[in-house]
Amino acid sequence: MARITVTVDGVAYQEEVEPRLLLVHLLRDRIGKTGTPIGCDTGNCGACTIMLDGRSAKSCSVLAVQADGAEVLTVEGLAGPDGWHPMQRAFHEEHALQCGYCTPGMIMAAIDLLKDDPDPSEDAVRAGLEGNLCRCTGYSNIVRAVRGGARAMRDAGAVGDR
Amino acid sequence: MTEQIDAGMVARQVAESDELGEPVPGRREVGAARRRKEDARLVTGRTRWTDNIQLPGMLHVAFVRSPMAHARITRVDVSAARRLPGVVAAFSGRDLAAEQGGLPCAWPVTEDMVLPDHPPMAVEEVRYPGEAVACVVATDRYLASDALEAVEVDYEPLPAVLDMTRALAPDSPRVHPEGNRAFVWKFAAGDADAAFRDAPVVVERTFVQQRLIPTAMEPRAVVAQTDGDSFTLYSATQIPHVLRVMLAITTGIPEHKLRVIAPDVGGGFGSKLQVTAEEVLALLLTRRLGRPVKWTESRSEGNLTVHHGRDQLQRVSLAAGADGRLRGLKVDLLADMGAYLMLVTPGVPLLGAFMYNGIYKMDAYDFTCTGVFTTKMPTDAYRGAGRPEATFAIERLMDELAAELGLDPVEVRRRNWIAREEFPYATIAGLTYDSGDYAAATDRALELFGYDALRAEQAARRERGDPVQLGIGVSTFTEMCGLAPSRVLGSLSYGAGGWEHASVRMLPTGKVEVVTGSSPHGQGHETAWSQIVADALGVPFEDVAVAHGDTGVSHKGMDTYGSRSLVVGGMAVLRACDKVREKARQIAAHLLEAAADDLEFTEGSFRVRGTGAARTIQEVALATFAAHDLPDGVEPSLDSDATYDPDNFSYPHGTHLCAVEVDTETGATKIRSYVAVDDVGRVVNPTIVTGQVHGGLAQGIGQALFEEAVYDADGNLLTTTMADYLIPSAADLPEFVTDRTETPATTNPLGVKGVGEAGTIASTPAVVNAVVDALRPRGVTDVPMPCTPQRVWRAIQEAAG
Ligand code: FES
Ligand code: FES
Repeated sequence: MARITVTVDGVAYQEEVEPRLLLVHLLRDRIGKTGTPIGCDTGNCGACTIMLDGRSAKSCSVLAVQADGAEVLTVEGLAGPDGWHPMQRAFHEEHALQCGYCTPGMIMAAIDLLKDDPDPSEDAVRAGLEGNLCRCTGYSNIVRAVRGGARAMRDAGAVGDR
Repeated sequence: MTEQIDAGMVARQVAESDELGEPVPGRREVGAARRRKEDARLVTGRTRWTDNIQLPGMLHVAFVRSPMAHARITRVDVSAARRLPGVVAAFSGRDLAAEQGGLPCAWPVTEDMVLPDHPPMAVEEVRYPGEAVACVVATDRYLASDALEAVEVDYEPLPAVLDMTRALAPDSPRVHPEGNRAFVWKFAAGDADAAFRDAPVVVERTFVQQRLIPTAMEPRAVVAQTDGDSFTLYSATQIPHVLRVMLAITTGIPEHKLRVIAPDVGGGFGSKLQVTAEEVLALLLTRRLGRPVKWTESRSEGNLTVHHGRDQLQRVSLAAGADGRLRGLKVDLLADMGAYLMLVTPGVPLLGAFMYNGIYKMDAYDFTCTGVFTTKMPTDAYRGAGRPEATFAIERLMDELAAELGLDPVEVRRRNWIAREEFPYATIAGLTYDSGDYAAATDRALELFGYDALRAEQAARRERGDPVQLGIGVSTFTEMCGLAPSRVLGSLSYGAGGWEHASVRMLPTGKVEVVTGSSPHGQGHETAWSQIVADALGVPFEDVAVAHGDTGVSHKGMDTYGSRSLVVGGMAVLRACDKVREKARQIAAHLLEAAADDLEFTEGSFRVRGTGAARTIQEVALATFAAHDLPDGVEPSLDSDATYDPDNFSYPHGTHLCAVEVDTETGATKIRSYVAVDDVGRVVNPTIVTGQVHGGLAQGIGQALFEEAVYDADGNLLTTTMADYLIPSAADLPEFVTDRTETPATTNPLGVKGVGEAGTIASTPAVVNAVVDALRPRGVTDVPMPCTPQRVWRAIQEAAG
């Protein structure tokens, strides 16, 4: 067992964990952050994507102990006092989700993508989201949402800052 | 020509209504591009997936699964596993044999169909890789999976049965003692022999519908719980109502002591239209152990054991005149059942039986389907279920016929399709298509696609021998959906009806609760039903709440599959609203001291014609609640139920056009553009409809280009992970261009048709036709699916001789 401290969505947690415990299981099973789902066991689907110290990571491919001392942001911590994050709003507006299972990961990956490219082209969005699979939407609306969300974030001066 | 103008006009109107976004006051909700109510919890992570559920004392289940395709189980020893820390129980199939019953098949398609016993956990023999042979129940999911290794199982290998044609040979090893032929089902209309005799053109092909893995993003999960008397099962299922009945029959738990809940469900596409071994076993385990149990599958487990789709061998031939007019069609189908017949396994290929003729007129049709057992995961419904296979065959054949005759593929279709004025049309397969306008949809698609310009570019590339060739694929389709008229299902020996139920409750404050028997898993029923109710009762969209997916709340239903929710379930909601309004009219008349017949209902108020006197429906709801002043003999309730059984199927149609660039040096295919013009009748929510089309396209394109479940020569599944079984990513797909024409259905008051499966059904042949079209000058006449670079390259080499 290892003792770790990890901040999730602004709250610090101290947990005793087995070294093999996956971060996604720590989030889901131990601290109740079930907003981040699991879609595969090989790191291919991206459903479990979160921010780890400000960059996107697949939480099924990170051990909880590796997150010791880190800052984790999940989809549950995205909304601020003024309501939903622009990317959440854009997904809603553009009907970029159906069952919604891929959505938390997709939104986190999209926000991360904008850190490198605040105004991505359609192709850049498609390439940037290659590691996040959606079985419902066919991606057209997701691409539109990401570009719309990017526009909203640029207008709000909220992208590009690492 | 007039048709072209019509189509353009309709499409423009459609496009305009799409842009309107939020409805304006007084505007009807039905038809508005409302944003979905469901999204709030989904974009914020407040979703209730089955795997999220944690109950006090809950135990975790893990299964030992067969590593072999076919073997006799000679020994299972769980005792070492049982002693490990955290392990509460471990069972073999034999331990559960007396109580586990068998998994049901609801569709005995013929009287002599072979229906083998299907124990949820194998007892004597395993017949596909991944079949459960033992389970471990532990206090933690890691400990449960650790303990699997301590379970000892001895197998005596038996021969795998993999190839359908060989499986039917008399000397083939058998999957079941009764033999490998599950059933033979035939349909014939007209004189096929006469149609083929002396036909100027006969096109004969064999197509392989490869095996697919549905791959809903949410893996299956089950939680079962009991208080010692009654049971609650949470499951990631499309069919909580059907499941409850089936589980009651299978487990002996009385139906009224069993509640089934489908919480938020992360996609299904038919894969969660099933009664699974794990659902049955979870109930048995909670009954034995008295504690809540949970099982969540891993993706690799799911690829092995979620029912697969398609897997048919289609031998088809088409007879036509020299002018391209169709005379007859013969279809001889082998359908891989896998190792067992699950809920609707044998019925899936027969849903296609009625669709091989597509949108075309012909004199004769002959269909034979042989269901074949193999040592693979059973097949069952996957988006489209039988109809994509049929549509693929006829649409590929139409392109081949066009090539044979040197006609444009659109022209050959035009010469054969049912014209607008011929509806309602009784097809050679015995269905009556209610409405459609194939010319309008096609003309609109050609215009959006820029068909002539692309053909010109294709000719130029061919001319200059460009290594990257352009191919154009056409698919003009219809489908039967909206399952289904109960009588028709009965005549096909299906085990249940096809009605749907709804309840509408007016609350004292004028808000409305709707309970629907449809069970959504991503479609957006809460939004669409709210739109229907808002118009029917004249209440604000926001004032409607929709409950579903819990047999304790929604006691009656037939659930969601077969593009049936709107055309059957939505109609039930509408009918229930009609009843609410009629009850309210009686009470309003009493309050207004007027005759009920003198009241008109507009914008949520009952008005006495010719006077200003009016009562809103909310006022009537409150007066009904108070019940101080009701007409004599009138119950103080507006609440109403309706159970709707349709008279006919629903027949959406459309024209899809696909342009691909095929690199003849590498075999790589890239979709350059894709246009889908669908006609799904009137539309409740255009945003949701377009979303359904997009998602359907992605799955159909997935079959055409990427997806295939592969078993090796020993019968092991090779595609157990998402790295091996490739579903399309954003980078693999183009931006879709979609539009609609609207030919209202004549079979329901809203004029709506189903949409859930349309994109999947139409797109696979459009893409493959495009790939073949690109290579036709090189002598290629077919490329087997999925058209991977390797397969395309090989087809080019083989054609070159
Ligand atoms: S769960 Fe699939 S990548 Fe993490
Ligand atoms: S919305 Fe269902 S997987 Fe993306």
